[in-house]
Amino acid sequence: MFDGYLLSVLVWLPIIGGIVTIFVNDRLARPVAFVVSILTFLLSLPLWFQFNIEGAQMQFVELLPWIDAYNINYHLGIDGIAMPLILLNTFTTVLIVVAGWKVIKNKIGQYMAAFLIMEGIINGVFAAQDAMLFYVFFEAMLIPMFIVIGVWGGDNRVYATIKFFLYTFFGSVFMLISLIYMYSLSHSFAIADLQALELGMTPQILIFLSFLIAFGVKIPMWPVHTWLPDAHVQAPTGGSVVLAAIMLKIGGYGFLRFSLPMVPDAAKELAWLVIAMSLIAIVYIGFIALVQSDMKKLVAYSSIAHMGFVTLGLFLVYPIMSTNGGNSDGSLLAIQGSMVQMVSHGFISGAMFLSIGVLYDRMHTREISAYGGVINRMPIFGALFILFAMANTGLPGTSGFVGEFMVILASFKANFWIAFLAATTLIVGAAYTLWLVKRVILGKVANDEVATLTDVTRREFAMLAVLAVAVLVLGLWPDPLTQVMSDSIQHVIEQATTSKLPTQ
Amino acid sequence: MMEFIYLAIPLAALLGAMIAGLLSEQIGKKGAHTVTLAGVGTAFLLSLVVFNHIVFGNNQYNGSVYTWMVIDTVKFEIGFLIDNLTAMMMVVVTFVSLMVHIYTIGYMSDDEHNWPKESRAGDNSYQRFFSYISLFTFSMLMLVMSNNFLQLFFGWEAVGLVSYLLIGFWSTRETAIFANMKAFLVNRIGDFGFLLGIAAIFAYTGSLDYVEVFKKLPEIAELTVTLIPGQEWSLMTVTAILLFIGAMGKSAQVPLHVWLPDSMEGPTPISALIHAATMVTAGIFMVSRLSPVFELSEVALNFILVIGAITAFFMGLIGIVQNDIKRVVAYSTLSQLGYMTVALGASAYSAGVFHLMTHAFFKALLFLAAGSVIIAMHHEQDIRKMGGLKKYMPITYWTSLIGSLALIGFPFFSGFFSKDMIIEAVHSSTLSMAGFAYIMVLMGVFVTAFYSFRMFFLVFHGEERMDEQTKSHLHESPKVVVIPLIALAIPSVLAGYLVDPMVVGDFFKGAIYPSEAHPVIAELSENYHGILGFVLHGVMAPPFWLAIGGVISAWYIYLKKPSIAQWAYDKFRGIHTLLDKKYYADEFNQTVFAGGALALGKYLWAAGDRFLIDNLVVNGSARVVGWFSGIIRQIQTGFLYHYAFAMIIGVLLIMSWLIFGVKYV
Repeated sequence: MFDGYLLSVLVWLPIIGGIVTIFVNDRLARPVAFVVSILTFLLSLPLWFQFNIEGAQMQFVELLPWIDAYNINYHLGIDGIAMPLILLNTFTTVLIVVAGWKVIKNKIGQYMAAFLIMEGIINGVFAAQDAMLFYVFFEAMLIPMFIVIGVWGGDNRVYATIKFFLYTFFGSVFMLISLIYMYSLSHSFAIADLQALELGMTPQILIFLSFLIAFGVKIPMWPVHTWLPDAHVQAPTGGSVVLAAIMLKIGGYGFLRFSLPMVPDAAKELAWLVIAMSLIAIVYIGFIALVQSDMKKLVAYSSIAHMGFVTLGLFLVYPIMSTNGGNSDGSLLAIQGSMVQMVSHGFISGAMFLSIGVLYDRMHTREISAYGGVINRMPIFGALFILFAMANTGLPGTSGFVGEFMVILASFKANFWIAFLAATTLIVGAAYTLWLVKRVILGKVANDEVATLTDVTRREFAMLAVLAVAVLVLGLWPDPLTQVMSDSIQHVIEQATTSKLPTQ
Repeated sequence: MMEFIYLAIPLAALLGAMIAGLLSEQIGKKGAHTVTLAGVGTAFLLSLVVFNHIVFGNNQYNGSVYTWMVIDTVKFEIGFLIDNLTAMMMVVVTFVSLMVHIYTIGYMSDDEHNWPKESRAGDNSYQRFFSYISLFTFSMLMLVMSNNFLQLFFGWEAVGLVSYLLIGFWSTRETAIFANMKAFLVNRIGDFGFLLGIAAIFAYTGSLDYVEVFKKLPEIAELTVTLIPGQEWSLMTVTAILLFIGAMGKSAQVPLHVWLPDSMEGPTPISALIHAATMVTAGIFMVSRLSPVFELSEVALNFILVIGAITAFFMGLIGIVQNDIKRVVAYSTLSQLGYMTVALGASAYSAGVFHLMTHAFFKALLFLAAGSVIIAMHHEQDIRKMGGLKKYMPITYWTSLIGSLALIGFPFFSGFFSKDMIIEAVHSSTLSMAGFAYIMVLMGVFVTAFYSFRMFFLVFHGEERMDEQTKSHLHESPKVVVIPLIALAIPSVLAGYLVDPMVVGDFFKGAIYPSEAHPVIAELSENYHGILGFVLHGVMAPPFWLAIGGVISAWYIYLKKPSIAQWAYDKFRGIHTLLDKKYYADEFNQTVFAGGALALGKYLWAAGDRFLIDNLVVNGSARVVGWFSGIIRQIQTGFLYHYAFAMIIGVLLIMSWLIFGVKYV
């Protein structure tokens, strides 16, 4: 079905569905949105089942001329790196529609529409094989998010939206300049052409830095992370889930698709910088998460720390090679680890934010001190929350373990101290997560409001249970996922370790 | 066929746990204990089959169950390595677990009383408890049956998780949920080292499979690493110490011991199963399993020896001043774990594992007996409020006596053989720290006997210090409680007679590899001339007399002349306080580590994120933009002649540049 244009369907079906949702009445908006999201999810499944895991070539390719004058094409295609992220996106959107079902009372159609449109755009980001098309999707994605936080957000939503918008916009502008510069040399915006383009060291460094700002803000890396906690706190539950589960991954994806293959020499030169920033994110942010009094902020900071593992893993290839005399054994483990960490974090952070949403819908506060002993009134919820918390601490058997384990193992090959600092997350991550559990879930019933809590409804249970299964399956058997990504990542490593400096 | 059985053993326990946990509402109390007992019972019986097949059939199995992940050419697998060491551990784990399951039926039968009325978490607590202890059994089996580091770490953390869930089982008690968080975090410090150790192994051997790693060890034995510029360390020393840090967490060695006493907040059955017999010995098991790694570093062995010796003696001392019946046994566990660790350091792995086994029986027995006393005393745990229980609880009394005699190493009881072997091993070790360790473990013998019988006399003998109300209800515990006591008392006596094959024989040949450089066990074997000879030799050696001395002192001080205790208390108030405060380890950790982490977090947040980044850079840039636009705005006055003037000036400037400037470019 849809042979030859499946990716287009995955981009445009939710966007059109979203537009329809705006115009139907409130009663119909929910079922329409639900059907569209489920349909999109089901249609995305063939990407997995029909995917050819041999080789790194793009699959499900579509190529149409778009703006001939500048050789810009509507060029879609996916490899083993993009495919899991698209599935993660279509999967998460279903949960978001379900999560907003009863909770959103105000302009429900437009709320659902924003998320559906966002789903399509993000699929476009991951599928785009033309840098300009990528850029358009990359920027377009901000609009629905801006609206979601600005309209359905909390009290301080204006500050948060502007901060979010300016931060990310600031980042991507530099990327645009780089893309145009590279176009001026290659006369093509095709990502594959840009990856093949020879570049001198100075332009490489500048391009690398521009990408670092763009994707570093997105993922986000220390020190350009401060938009994230604010955005999370102000965003409605669904917004937080998309933000954490999907949007942050675009940063990691960008590093893999743009930075490493396009400017490998600069990446090699500046890998130390990225690694240092990643380690700071892991350690420094961990301690900051410890002292948060707002649940969402705590999870937001924990996300940043977890993303530190992603950026760390992506750039380990260079120190591994320099330590082991040019031998890159272990870098596949590192980058695979980053990817697994991204997918896993999609499940876990999604689950954490949905859980906080469940509590917020009942108590209308995210202050940790307003809670205590929730498990006495909500035993099923409490059990699920503890499972997700354990996954967040990287307990083996859950998905949270896999990526961290792989990255730590690989980092030891690079340098003992990198591994040492990365592994501190075992302690600090456990500390802030379990302390949260202790203060919110365990203990005596803290006050009268907590005493009136009722356990999860069937709808809430369904969405959390689905995530719980996902977390466990990926933790107990990551092999299928790593198989799918293996050849594509191997290809990136080859690109990242092959100099692109012009030969004199 | 055997492969199927290997797989069935952990899965039987897991299945029971899942049914009891997920369907607790439907199956009810009876269903829950039936299904978990069936699961663990099956696991136990099948473990016996495996033991028979492996040990008596002289077999070994090493195979994979499924491939967890493949990266490059490296396979990460889930699989089993079944040899004599594994087979023995499987039998011990499933046997103790089965006893604890039976015991729990009695101990937890009226658990509703432990929950506040409004708590729905207490609704199916009985079922949940059974689910947890079966889940624990599964995890522990995965740990001991593993054939690779990945699964070892999985089991390692999984038992930690269940321990967390069970210590905080009564989640409405503030002390319980503090203790479980503390236990998890302290264990995570150990795991931090452990994971780095595993990473070191992987980095230098390219594999996580035991057999493959051991094969590669000779190639990397002589490598050095530079962690601090200018300092070269042996790779094996670094790796072994990192791995051992993991064992220090799980097996509660100083200074990572602080979580174990607090873990007594959990219900007594799990104190017996997890925090005495099985989980805490995982570290001992791990070091024995990885003996080829540890044998390559004398520095690491010395380190292990010192840590173990300190734990064995100083933790025992604390046991003397404890008044909570469970805490006395907990400190005794710490001290005994120290003994096992000392054995590892002395390269007497088989002696360590042998003590692990005998200790599992008699310590589980002591804990369950303590639980039996606690039930009778209506959850009073202070031994100062007990006394004279002998006549009310004969079975508990006699089984406790057996357990205590085994613990202090009284001849013919199991602990005698295992502990004497350790002391002998340290004695003949040639490591530089062996002398220190020997003194520590010798003094530890006296201390062990003293605190054990102090507790024994205070609980079962002397005047009855409980109130009338309690006294009128005193009676022996129900059958489900006393049957496990009897069942555990039997191996507490008899297991010692396995010393011949297990320590001095070649039971662990092919599983544990002490190197020829540390021939401690070989020497012990040479000097061993049958059980009787060993006992005769034992009663003439210092440990025996130290133990007797400890018992007599306890009897004299606590039964004969209690005034001495009071006098000593007054006289040595300082020492008593130091011991009572557990050397201030908790206070230190709480202030320095917990407090320090929080202060650091607060500081980083306030100074880094909020002030430097947000206030100065982000909002600062916004302010600069605002300020700059404010100035620029002044230029837009709206008066036409201002603009016209600017234009003319501009035109003049450009023209003069074109006319005069360009020429010289």
